Amino acid sequence: MNIPPAYVLALSGILFAMGVLGVMIRRNAIVIFMSIELMLNSANLVLIGAARAMAPAVEALRGHVFVFFVIAVAAAEVAVGLALIVAIFRTKGTIDVDEVSSLRG
Amino acid sequence: MLWSEAAQAEGLFLYAPWIVVLPVIGLILNLLFGRRMGERFVSIVACSAVASAFVIAVLQFLALQGHPEGATVHVADWITIGTLSAPWALKIDTLSATMMLMVTGVSTLIHIYAVGYMHEDVRFQGDPGRYTRFFVFFNLFVAAMMILVTADNYLMMFVGWEGVGLCSYLLIGFWYEKGEGGIGNALAGKKAFITNRIGDFGFLIAMFLIFGTAGSLQFDQVFHWVEGHGLASAGVVTAITLFLLLGATGKSAQLPLYVWLPDAMAGPTPVSALIHAATMVTAGIYMIARSGPLFEAAAFSSELAALIGAATALFAASIAVGQYDIKRVLAYSTISQLGFMMAAVGLGAYVAGMFHLVTHAFFKALLFLSAGSVIQGVEHGHHHAAHGEEEGEHFDPNDMRNMGGLRTRMKVTFWVYLTGALALAGIPPLAGFFSKDEILADASAESTAVYILLAVAALFTAFYMGRQILMVFFGKARSDAAAHARENPPVMTVPLIVLAGLSIVGGALNLPGVHTLTHWLEHTIHVHASEFNLQVALLSVIFALLAILAAWQLYGRKPLAKGQPDPLRRILGPIFVGMENKWWVDELYGFLFIQPYVRLAHFLAEVIDWRFWHDWFHDSVLGRAFKIFTHWLAGPFDLQVIDAIANGLGTLTQGASARLRVLQTGYVRNYALAVLVGGLLALSYFIFG
Repeated sequence: MNIPPAYVLALSGILFAMGVLGVMIRRNAIVIFMSIELMLNSANLVLIGAARAMAPAVEALRGHVFVFFVIAVAAAEVAVGLALIVAIFRTKGTIDVDEVSSLRG
Repeated sequence: MLWSEAAQAEGLFLYAPWIVVLPVIGLILNLLFGRRMGERFVSIVACSAVASAFVIAVLQFLALQGHPEGATVHVADWITIGTLSAPWALKIDTLSATMMLMVTGVSTLIHIYAVGYMHEDVRFQGDPGRYTRFFVFFNLFVAAMMILVTADNYLMMFVGWEGVGLCSYLLIGFWYEKGEGGIGNALAGKKAFITNRIGDFGFLIAMFLIFGTAGSLQFDQVFHWVEGHGLASAGVVTAITLFLLLGATGKSAQLPLYVWLPDAMAGPTPVSALIHAATMVTAGIYMIARSGPLFEAAAFSSELAALIGAATALFAASIAVGQYDIKRVLAYSTISQLGFMMAAVGLGAYVAGMFHLVTHAFFKALLFLSAGSVIQGVEHGHHHAAHGEEEGEHFDPNDMRNMGGLRTRMKVTFWVYLTGALALAGIPPLAGFFSKDEILADASAESTAVYILLAVAALFTAFYMGRQILMVFFGKARSDAAAHARENPPVMTVPLIVLAGLSIVGGALNLPGVHTLTHWLEHTIHVHASEFNLQVALLSVIFALLAILAAWQLYGRKPLAKGQPDPLRRILGPIFVGMENKWWVDELYGFLFIQPYVRLAHFLAEVIDWRFWHDWFHDSVLGRAFKIFTHWLAGPFDLQVIDAIANGLGTLTQGASARLRVLQTGYVRNYALAVLVGGLLALSYFIFG
């Protein structure tokens, strides 16, 4: 089965746009967080798709390697991000980002 | 391998720099270790340093036998700027070798003598620690003198010239806390230094002129230039030689700058013998002889030099007649004899001048050292006699009126002193006769005025030496000190005997008809063999004998009694008072130069510096202006300008931040939007831009 790269790019574009909209619109920090994960995975999808497109070449492996990096970094980011959200919840009693605006000028 | 003559001579010439280096090594050794190692070490180091320098001088002499044209030994580049090049190079030729032999030879003898003399002197003056310092200065002097005589350019000569001047100053003020009023010796040193500076100024100007016109300071190049362009620029050459002459009158104690030499007798006697009689003061004569081609191209300067020399010879001799201090008589005698040499080189008789320079070094060193021996003998006697008596009264061991009858008590000193005095008086066949007669013969041929002045000076010379001998050694002792005087140890008398021998045979250097020195020097300077003039010689001998006879009539037949005034005073009246008071030249200089200078200095200090500069300019002008200025700075300027700038900056920042803070909403989505927009902008730049 051979999927054209354009399809992969289109899918990842849609996923990325959903992630952006999610970050912009939603107020729940957890949901924003998930939207960020969505954007990361859309990027992973592009990398994988590109790797497949140039499949037999050894260079294709770079795409896979990058994906592993992104997954690892995303995992670390989740750990830190969730810890921050927990800390915010403990002090503010909410995870609504509009409530957490004490840094305004 | 065959050693050719040339190779050997080359080899010997290469040792020349050691003549400067060896005394320097001696002085460094003494400077570092002298105090710790004691007098024995110091004297051995100092004497062997100078003696080995003498050996080097002999080596140079031997080298010149094969190569009389000489050699230039380049040691180091010193100054090289543009066309000015002044290397340290030693010019070894017959003229400089003559000086090297004379200076190191006489220095060696005087060093040996000084070992004995200073041993006593430092104890008599009460500071044995200065023994080392004396020999350090003495070695330094020999080194500087060697730099002077071996220089191959005017600048290097000037280095030696200043070096010997410095040593002279240091050694005149050797007992700087002694002398009249506790500063007499220091003042004498200062006087010598300042008077010499006037001469040095002339030397410097001459050097500038030489470099400006000839474009070089090397002797050979300058003389070559004079041969080619001397006539075309006679004015400049005359100016150069006049300034050189000024330098020579300072260093060689000629009119009008001779006044420092008599005062220089404040130094220890070996210093007077070495520096102020035998060697340093002849530097001016040597310099003129060296600059012979310049002086030959400037007739006026040469004639002036001859006249100055002759006038100095007579003037100083006349003062010597009226002095009582044994060393002062010799000092004026030195000035007078230097006048003879100056007259000789002025007349172009360089050989005669150099001949007299060498013989004079022998017998004047002898006379000074013997005088030192006399003084020390009398000091001994004073020390001996003073026991048990009152010690308060000041006693001057230099005053000939306190001496008398020393003939029997100091036999060796008497005989060598007599030899020196007869040599100086020009009695044949001693050295002084031949050298002085050569000058007189040249003078009689060249210039009547100079001849008459010199002949009369020679007459005076014989008279004052006769007077001195009779006052010091004959008659009865005029003080307890003289009555108890005793002879000095061999370390002092043996050099005297050697010098006496040299004073007797020194004339053989340039006997009439043989002209050894003339033939020796003709490789370096222009010479003319002076003819022996029987008439002149006879006349001068008769004059000398007459003068000695007159001295005998006055001082010998009826010896001076204690407290009796000089019999000359009765005969000559006011003239003798003039001689006694050195013709009031010091007073005249004091009135003409020193007092106006002091008044000017006072005026500058009191009026210009204190009242005008300090009171008015500093306090009134600067002080008040500064006050007003600072008031303005602290008040209006600080409040209105500085503060306005600071406040304005604050207001500006506040206004700007009030507008910018609106951007900081605190809502995450606003920031995320900003990031998105930024990212899109960047992306679109890459895609479309």
